[in-house]
Amino acid sequence: MSTSALTEIIERYRGKPGSLIPALQKAQAQMGYLSGETLEQISKGLGIPFSRVFGVATFYSQFYLSPRGKHTIKVCVGTACHVRGAGAALQALEEKLGVKAGNPTEDLSFQLETVACLGTCFLAPAIMIDKDYYGEQTPKTVGKILKKYIGGGADAGTPDPEE
Amino acid sequence: MARFKTFKDIAKYREKLNKERDSEATAVRVCMTGCRAKGADAFSESLKAELKKRGLENKFKVIETGCHGFCSMSPVAVVEPGNIFYGNLKPEDAAEIVEETVVNGRTVERLLFADPATQEKIVKEKEIPFYSHQKRLVLKNCGVVDPREIDDYICRGGYAAFSKALETMKPEEVVEEILKSGLRGRGGAGFPTGLKWRFANKERSDKKFLVCNADEGDPGAFMDRAVLEGDPHAVLEGMLIGAYAIGSDEGYIYVRAEYPIAIAHLNIALKQMEELGLLGRNILGTKFSFDLHIKEGAGAFVCGEETALMASIEGKRGTPRVRPPFPIQSGLWGHPTCINNVETLANVAAIIENGSDWYASMGTEKSKGTKVFALAGMIRNTGLVEAPMGMTLREIIFEVGGGIPNGKKFKAALTGGPSGGCIPEQFLDLPIDYDSLAKVGAIMGSGGLIIMDESTCVVDIAKYFMTFTQSESCGKCVPCRMGTKRMLELLERITDGKGTMKDLALLEETADIVKDTSLCGLGQTAPNPVITTLKYFRDEYLAHIEQKKCPSLKCKALLTYTVAEDKCKKCHKCAESCPANAISGQKKEIHKIDQAKCVKCGMCHTVCPFDAIELS
Repeated sequence: MSTSALTEIIERYRGKPGSLIPALQKAQAQMGYLSGETLEQISKGLGIPFSRVFGVATFYSQFYLSPRGKHTIKVCVGTACHVRGAGAALQALEEKLGVKAGNPTEDLSFQLETVACLGTCFLAPAIMIDKDYYGEQTPKTVGKILKKYIGGGADAGTPDPEE
Repeated sequence: MARFKTFKDIAKYREKLNKERDSEATAVRVCMTGCRAKGADAFSESLKAELKKRGLENKFKVIETGCHGFCSMSPVAVVEPGNIFYGNLKPEDAAEIVEETVVNGRTVERLLFADPATQEKIVKEKEIPFYSHQKRLVLKNCGVVDPREIDDYICRGGYAAFSKALETMKPEEVVEEILKSGLRGRGGAGFPTGLKWRFANKERSDKKFLVCNADEGDPGAFMDRAVLEGDPHAVLEGMLIGAYAIGSDEGYIYVRAEYPIAIAHLNIALKQMEELGLLGRNILGTKFSFDLHIKEGAGAFVCGEETALMASIEGKRGTPRVRPPFPIQSGLWGHPTCINNVETLANVAAIIENGSDWYASMGTEKSKGTKVFALAGMIRNTGLVEAPMGMTLREIIFEVGGGIPNGKKFKAALTGGPSGGCIPEQFLDLPIDYDSLAKVGAIMGSGGLIIMDESTCVVDIAKYFMTFTQSESCGKCVPCRMGTKRMLELLERITDGKGTMKDLALLEETADIVKDTSLCGLGQTAPNPVITTLKYFRDEYLAHIEQKKCPSLKCKALLTYTVAEDKCKKCHKCAESCPANAISGQKKEIHKIDQAKCVKCGMCHTVCPFDAIELS
């Protein structure tokens, strides 16, 4: 991230109570993940010990400390999806992408994640790629959907700017 | 836009709006929240374009609303007047709806809801069994108003209750009214809201906070999301009344970052309130002032626990702490802090407006009003259901929910998510309230209601929830951090076919210890799914341990995979997918699985296009 963008974020939150989490959220929204350097700058800028900044950044699942894949695939493993077979869809995605959930693919084109609930139980089992939902997934359908995104085809979803 | 300076201004503004708006005008109410996942935005755009093409865009309105509740018919829309309900809509249906319904006043048969039993088409939304058995109080505006328009809310009587409280009631009187209504916290524990407010009102401090807990994290629960997305002002009006009652001048809404639409609608709502003078200094010309902030969560289930939530607002790791002191005594930055759930707050305005007697006339002896449930799992009508307290599980599942699909049998209902319990068939006629659910070992919880049929393995469900709580345990206290991990390992041994009776005894003992000694609600309730499944479905645990069998054919390690020779089309796909080379046979030959080599990964079953791999 440009230093000025980070400085701006720090200036905005300096001295305000409870501002560490929003500052980390804004910084991550700018550059996709929080590097050690970013965390250090936030620590210095807000006057919060680095240990606490690191503690908070590693506590919440929303913060990422390493680069992420371009398209984020969220496989819902909520209760409704679980009883309707989310496990099989996840296993198929892991095999097709060659990564375990929680990791980016080697070429950084996909990020495979699980989430505890997307709140779209009527689509169960559901997956979300960037901002698009796909319902009633089976090992067969996930393969077809992946093809839409591979090679950045015309109908591929737009990358999520918030990720 | 007007700015309200006195009590009369709100009423006058409402009167003016109602005069301007023709209640008989045709409008199409399109769900634009949950239904977006199934393409509601494309349908809405297509509808608007069609109206424009015919030059009707000013005559007929498209109202983009929040959740209608009937998610399994998604995307849905209702045409008014006439209350005509259309479901499973596609963009190409828009032209027909405009031509037939909007212009000519006829219904489009093929888009109507068909009763699954009789195949009879039902025209009106309110006559569909899913809706006709409900009592919609909290959800009365969801699916009706445009949540981004404060005018819609005011038209339907919004902010009248707040104005009434401020003008005619002392803060203590508001507290007593809520206490008398019998309203209990909808976040799960069911603590009387009026009592909490009374404690907060009595605290002497120059600074008090009111916090709305919108960190809805139970997998399978989405009612708070629906209310925030579909009717944010109902919650905000409840907060204004609450703040006045307890003497608070500053509040927070702690909302999950995973709910972007809710956050967007809240931001719009707060801006409109500020413009109208419903937030800020000296509201409606009184001494009452209130500022409100939105705080986004950062992805931690434990932050739904109130002390962890406060730590998170303060910018720390969201770990809970010992109570006392309770938040009411010492909360955010040491000030008295009253924390209420979304649905609780959404009940408040109606109680003040209609009186506590009206509210207390609904429900059971100790649980008043209604409860919103998120109905999901093996159920025909997935969606949001608001039922009066005391409705039986059978009514909710079979009448509102339409029963179990695919001819399967009901096995258990799970309330309260990972903190709750499995309720078996014998309790289907139990009237649901806080106390009856506690009696059978479950909890009301926030309102997730997951239905399981005979194909669901309860040991697998117990393991599923333990996986969840184990990974969400914050790690601060030993019983929860270590106990959930050990319980998960024991459950994994049992579902892997390695469990012994000793493991079962240890599982029960550990469950009791974790329940009794954990620091916060997360750990204290984490063993509930295990305890209730052991209580009601012990046979299934024994089948996994003694016979090494999973009666529901769910636990892979306990299954035997064989090729059904009459179904095998000799395509060789199973053999190609097998990681253990356990499948013999070439193309054009019947394939065979070598049980000694099989690692039971299930890949062959997954890839077979002809369902020829059988499980036993």
